[in-house]
Amino acid sequence: MTATSDLPATLPRVDVRRANGGPRSQQRARAVSRSVRLALFGGLLVVLFLGPLVWMVSTSFKSANESAQTELTLIPSDPTVDGYRRVLDAPQAPVARWFVNSLVAATAQSLLVLVTASMAAYALARLDFAGKKLLTGIVLATLFVPPIALLVPNFVIVDHLGWLDSRMAVIVPGAAGAFGVFFLRQFFLSLPVELEEAALLDGCGRWRVFLKVVLPLSRPALATLALLTFLTNWNDFLWPLYVLFTADNLTLQPGLSTLQSAFSTDNASIMAGGVIASVPVLIFFAISQRFVIEGVSRSGLKG
Amino acid sequence: MAETVAATPTRARWALPGGRGRRSSAGGVNSVGLGTALVFLAPYLVLFGTFIVAPVVYGLWISLHDWDFLLPGKPWVGLENYVELFTSGSVSSGPFWASMRATGIFIVLSVPFLIIVPLCLAVALNRKFPGRNLFRAVVFAPYVLGVAVVGLLWRYLLDPNVGVINHYLGELGIDAIPFTTDTPWAWFALVVPTLWWTAGYNMVIFLAGLQDIPRELYEAARIDGAGPRNQFRHVTLPGLRPVMVFVITITILASANVFGQPYLITQGQPGRETRTAIMQIGEVGLRQFNMGRASAQSMVLTLSLMAVSLMCLSFLRERKAKR
Repeated sequence: MTATSDLPATLPRVDVRRANGGPRSQQRARAVSRSVRLALFGGLLVVLFLGPLVWMVSTSFKSANESAQTELTLIPSDPTVDGYRRVLDAPQAPVARWFVNSLVAATAQSLLVLVTASMAAYALARLDFAGKKLLTGIVLATLFVPPIALLVPNFVIVDHLGWLDSRMAVIVPGAAGAFGVFFLRQFFLSLPVELEEAALLDGCGRWRVFLKVVLPLSRPALATLALLTFLTNWNDFLWPLYVLFTADNLTLQPGLSTLQSAFSTDNASIMAGGVIASVPVLIFFAISQRFVIEGVSRSGLKG
Repeated sequence: MAETVAATPTRARWALPGGRGRRSSAGGVNSVGLGTALVFLAPYLVLFGTFIVAPVVYGLWISLHDWDFLLPGKPWVGLENYVELFTSGSVSSGPFWASMRATGIFIVLSVPFLIIVPLCLAVALNRKFPGRNLFRAVVFAPYVLGVAVVGLLWRYLLDPNVGVINHYLGELGIDAIPFTTDTPWAWFALVVPTLWWTAGYNMVIFLAGLQDIPRELYEAARIDGAGPRNQFRHVTLPGLRPVMVFVITITILASANVFGQPYLITQGQPGRETRTAIMQIGEVGLRQFNMGRASAQSMVLTLSLMAVSLMCLSFLRERKAKR
């Protein structure tokens, strides 16, 4: 780690400077010791927060034997992708299929949320109609309903719709949350109303204004919402765990929870499954880090 | 809140139909018939009605029946499911209240760490130094993982026999610790992964809150001779109060909803000691299909969660009023 290797090189110099005295060298010494402390702190954060992930990746490249041993090595003694091979098309744990299922569900739900939430948000932000305040209040109130209140009845509703154990069950109900509507409504309210007025006065209809003026201006908000929806759906565990049953129909998260019993001590395969489920979201995060963090902090402060 | 922003222009327009007045142009072009508005609202309202509003009512309805998912008859039993829940020694009350107790223990053990650690990280990473955005991203990164990955990973790290943590403790001469199978260690095995997973989220919200504290307050404090510790106590903490109440509220609620960690890491062990309320409701309602009972339990949990949020909200209001 770079943080710790800095230490011996810089510490003695600090002492020498201090011994020389003088305000300027003292200042510099303080700056050096500050950067040493920062480096140590940063190194600690990296070890604590990325260490477990590094361990997951390292284990996934071990042989089944090595991963089951109590003798532990960070670098696999004989790196292999067999763990991935075993886990990708195991009949009892078809991780490749789960990956596709998750991708389809998360993408479809993001699109569904973008379409429905943006339209509703536009109406709530810009259109005047009877009962708007009441509707806004009701939709807002449901943000405070804990998800557990919906679990059992939604299971029954999804059964009535014939969606149990199907893709629809993990795409549609989750798109009903009020979060997207409020997220976009806030953004639409912040847009200057004059642009829309000008377009309306030029004879554009509501739809054209919405499609040609409002949506293009809202690209960053739409992208953030799509990203957050995708992440939430990709990582959802409780709901798909109960509404999907057949091995081939599972998504990644509930699927992963069955790896333990399927592969028992073959930790390489289990961790390979974890890596497969994490790589897309970590890449997503690495690319659009700013968006995700900003989106989360803004959504966090929405209430 | 957003409400106040939207409310003012709306009310102005209602008062002056036809849109003559101060905000004439906005009012005029924005007044539309219910029809147009409905077209925009309809797709979302179908989803909202079916999967948010209907289940709230339906859940209450189910809880008043002996609702076995697999049986055709679902007889009305009135409040029996609730009475049973509050009768000690009945089939459903013992396991349910044990799971509520486990949930309470998890809240008490996890929330302080989930507040203090992210707060310290936010204060540390709010200072200007090269690479601080990278470190923020590093701390936040685990949050983008799913709970199943977090569960599998920590189940393995904390494994009593082949886990890496016991391995290194062993090298320090410490005997293997039964992290996933015995209390109090099982609580450690639930709190630490949760902290690792979600600390970054709370940190990001604290960071946003720190941006709202005026720089001048720190300067004034410095001129008054306040060191870093006093600045933290007398400027940072008071300035963060609204954000703090918010973070505490969402953290308590998140911890009350804990499911994946005990499901995957401790599997409720030892015995049923770490089986939390959501695990119990899922088990009763969606594995044993005793949906009436499970719905009654959901209602009790829901009401307690809402009571917690209301308490926190009113606490926030009170503070605001005092200022």
